Amino acid sequence: MANELIFKNASELAGLLKSGEVSSVELTQAHIDRIESVGEAVHSFLHTSPASALATAREIDQRRSSGEKLHDLAGLPIAVKDNLTTLDAPTTAGSKMLEGWIPPYDATVVKRLRDAGMPILGKTNLDEFAMGSSTEFSAYGPSKNPWDLTRIPGGSGGGSSSVVASFQAPLALGSDTGGSIRFPASVTGTVGIKPTYGAVSRYGLIALASSLDQVGPVSRSVLDSAMLQDLIAGHDPHDSTSLPESLGSMTEAALKGSVKGMRIGVIRELNGEGFQAGVKQRFNESLEMLSKAGAEIVEVSCPSFEYSIAAYYLILPAEASSNLAKFDSVRFGLRVAPEGNPTIERVMAATREAGFGPEVKRRIILGTYALSSGAFDNFYGAAQKVRTLIQRDFDAAFAKADVLVSPCAPTTAFKLGEKISDPLAMYLNDIATIPANLAGVPGISVPIGLAPEDGLPVGIQFMAPARADARLYQVGAALEQLNEAAWGKRMMEFAPDLEAK
Amino acid sequence: MSSAKAELMKYEEALEKFEVVIGLEVHIELNTKTKMFCGCANVFGDEPNTNVCPICIGLPGSLPAVNRRAIESSISIGLALGCQIAPNGRFSRKNYFYPDLAKNFQTSQYDEPIAFEGEISVEVPSGKFFTVAIERAHMEEDAGKLTHIGGNTGRIQGAEYSLVDYNRAGVPLVEIVTKPIYGGGAEAPELAAAYVRLIREMVKGLGVSDARMERGNVRCDANVSIRPHGQEKLGTRTETKNVNSLRSIERAVRYEIQRQAAILAKGGTITQETRHWHEDRGATSSGRPKSDADDYRYFPEPDLVPVQPSAEWVEELRAKLPEQPAARRKRLQLDWGFSDLEFRDVVNAGLMDPIEETVAAGAKPQAARKWWTGEIARIANAEDKEVSELSISASDVVELANLVESGKINDRMAREVLTGVLAGEGRPGQIVTDRGLEMVSDDGALLAAIDAALAKQPDVLEKIREGKLQAAGAVIGAVMQAMKGTADAARVRELIIQRAAE
Repeated sequence: MANELIFKNASELAGLLKSGEVSSVELTQAHIDRIESVGEAVHSFLHTSPASALATAREIDQRRSSGEKLHDLAGLPIAVKDNLTTLDAPTTAGSKMLEGWIPPYDATVVKRLRDAGMPILGKTNLDEFAMGSSTEFSAYGPSKNPWDLTRIPGGSGGGSSSVVASFQAPLALGSDTGGSIRFPASVTGTVGIKPTYGAVSRYGLIALASSLDQVGPVSRSVLDSAMLQDLIAGHDPHDSTSLPESLGSMTEAALKGSVKGMRIGVIRELNGEGFQAGVKQRFNESLEMLSKAGAEIVEVSCPSFEYSIAAYYLILPAEASSNLAKFDSVRFGLRVAPEGNPTIERVMAATREAGFGPEVKRRIILGTYALSSGAFDNFYGAAQKVRTLIQRDFDAAFAKADVLVSPCAPTTAFKLGEKISDPLAMYLNDIATIPANLAGVPGISVPIGLAPEDGLPVGIQFMAPARADARLYQVGAALEQLNEAAWGKRMMEFAPDLEAK
Repeated sequence: MSSAKAELMKYEEALEKFEVVIGLEVHIELNTKTKMFCGCANVFGDEPNTNVCPICIGLPGSLPAVNRRAIESSISIGLALGCQIAPNGRFSRKNYFYPDLAKNFQTSQYDEPIAFEGEISVEVPSGKFFTVAIERAHMEEDAGKLTHIGGNTGRIQGAEYSLVDYNRAGVPLVEIVTKPIYGGGAEAPELAAAYVRLIREMVKGLGVSDARMERGNVRCDANVSIRPHGQEKLGTRTETKNVNSLRSIERAVRYEIQRQAAILAKGGTITQETRHWHEDRGATSSGRPKSDADDYRYFPEPDLVPVQPSAEWVEELRAKLPEQPAARRKRLQLDWGFSDLEFRDVVNAGLMDPIEETVAAGAKPQAARKWWTGEIARIANAEDKEVSELSISASDVVELANLVESGKINDRMAREVLTGVLAGEGRPGQIVTDRGLEMVSDDGALLAAIDAALAKQPDVLEKIREGKLQAAGAVIGAVMQAMKGTADAARVRELIIQRAAE
């Protein structure tokens, strides 16, 4: 029987820690026990660090008992996506290329977790180098959806979504390049946010596509994510693209949680038409709730969104092909020596042949081609133009609406293996989430109930103008409450009991 | 790759038949305290791989952050070249795989250089001035340093294994690219060298680089093409890489002119390629083919925000620009009182800096000039080295000149002392003592030697008395020989004349 503590939200647990009702050691141990009992079935973690998590917990308990003033999240355990570097644990990015590699430095966000005194439980699974929507492209096997272990937990951050959805951790860090935080949140009934590009440091995030990547929180409530974003956000001199200014308190915005007078723009091109019926139904119900709560629902049009997947699958591979060039066996990671008397070129080639999986190779080849001199203008160059058009669509839409809204994904969680051999079908999952990455604006996925046809979670996505992340937490928290009221309990309370045999 | 010496056309004949067009790319290593994109020390000569961090060895997850000082230095260089400064410049990635390149791309400015469209006036040894148009000056990072072990070429092909030192990886570079330089004619090789010399003086004067060619602080790639006189279309160019001394630049350009002329005269075609200069055999050899279609898959560096120097900052740096090389030359010539010819020799021998230092350390300008352009330059030349590579300092030369001036040693001894200094025996004064070189000015010892010599040439005193003073010369020679060169010749002469008057 699991310790009931683990079913609480992070913000509730933070309160218990602060008041001294619960110690960090007890809480951390409860999660370690949970990992012990369900970890193998869900396969969220690539590496767990119970000893170092408990050491942190003990230290925090001591400091707290000595009367030291600690961070609000101090003592609260967390899981970290395995494409963020950690000094004390291997960082593989889900690739054989980095099997066993222990970085000599902490990612800035990881350092902020440590500075706040958060025990790190382990590193979560992902599609190799974050390329995928299901974790099926992880070199270490897929994670499972806690709602149905035969289904995908979303990707690339399926490790972080499933770890939170299966109560193995109250919080997790993810990274989102085209939906890798939001899509997994949507299919696991959790909350996930991609902050404004530059709001959170990317230093120590193993780059997929530098101009699209953003680190963000994963949790079981909007307020929980808000608290985590407040911790990890803020300027970092190590990341030139990080914003110099503060975006304000997300926690305050989440606590405000009102939508009265807020203009919510439904994107005509992403209004659920053609999506799974249950997804569209829950989406429409939520719009109605928001409207009844005093929001003004308006319609906006973003005609260029139609080209976003095409543009994304040129820009991302182009940047990735260059970012992944460093994996050459010379300084770190896998080295494969071919037969005979190998030259450096042959060692590099053999290493990359053996170390990269099929999706990574597919995108490197695509990106290398998109940047080549004959193709550049028609591919990478054209994609950048589309990107500008999408930004303009956002500008026009935000002139009419404070936030934009769409279903987060076309479907609920699909079956493991269902789309693995059809890259295009896999790419289409991200149709609603990609535009935010291309424009650098923030997006949140919030659970809005279960689809009637399969009983699986559905997520809604809100997007706000760059730097206006607070609006997402405000509207997200409001809708979360409306749905809890409508459904009679929290969404995660509908999840099956994984420990019942 | 052929190592046999190529056929060359006589230089004069080549110039009669062909017009020479050159283009120069000079890489300046900046002397910023830290590297271009990380906080590692930018130092030459440290233990390999000690000045490295996750950023400059390209570990996963690391990100670059631009060194503001490097931008400042680049702007100063741009301004000194008369360039415009771009208000908005992006970095790009130049993608290629090579083990000295930690990320397998070089972060460099591609289509948006920080400085563009400048020109400078270059004086060649004949005294003629050429205007060299500058296309651009852009920022980039240096690669690591490869050492190839085994094999006999010192190159990666054929090596058993190679060692990489990433201390140099990420060191800031500014690459200055000229537009094609026409009209150099027979003086094109000298113009190339004079241009690089001027750039060196300029960056040294700006204080932005140590500008030591032997350490690779200044590296030159020389593009050379030739075309029949009157032909409009440019000939196919070759790019001779990393020519690392001024003399080599001149020789390499001359060699390429002669080599290309011989090929064209036979109806052959020039291969567009990089070439390597071999100082030892005074020849270039074929490197790798280079076409304009080399595909580096450049694209804007997404990890860096554009460099946007404000107009105020640029003007501030413009106001701080030091004296330009041409003005400095004018001032020094006036200060030192050298004739045009003397001064031009100093400039062309690259000796302005050491002479300036020597004068500043207390030597008379003519004495400084005499030593640097004379004996020291002669030795450097004989040893096939740059003067700056010799282990002699300005203060050594001052001490040496003072020893001669005060009559402690004569010129012959001074040359011996110089040899001692270069051999690392110590300071000149010390060497005089150690080698027992001090001149004998003790009249007693000198008179004894004079009397002994006079005894063998009894008619000399008579001749002197008759007014034939030059007759003393034979006795002076004999005294010097007897005293193994340690006698003060002037004093010997005086004493002989005194004897005649007795």
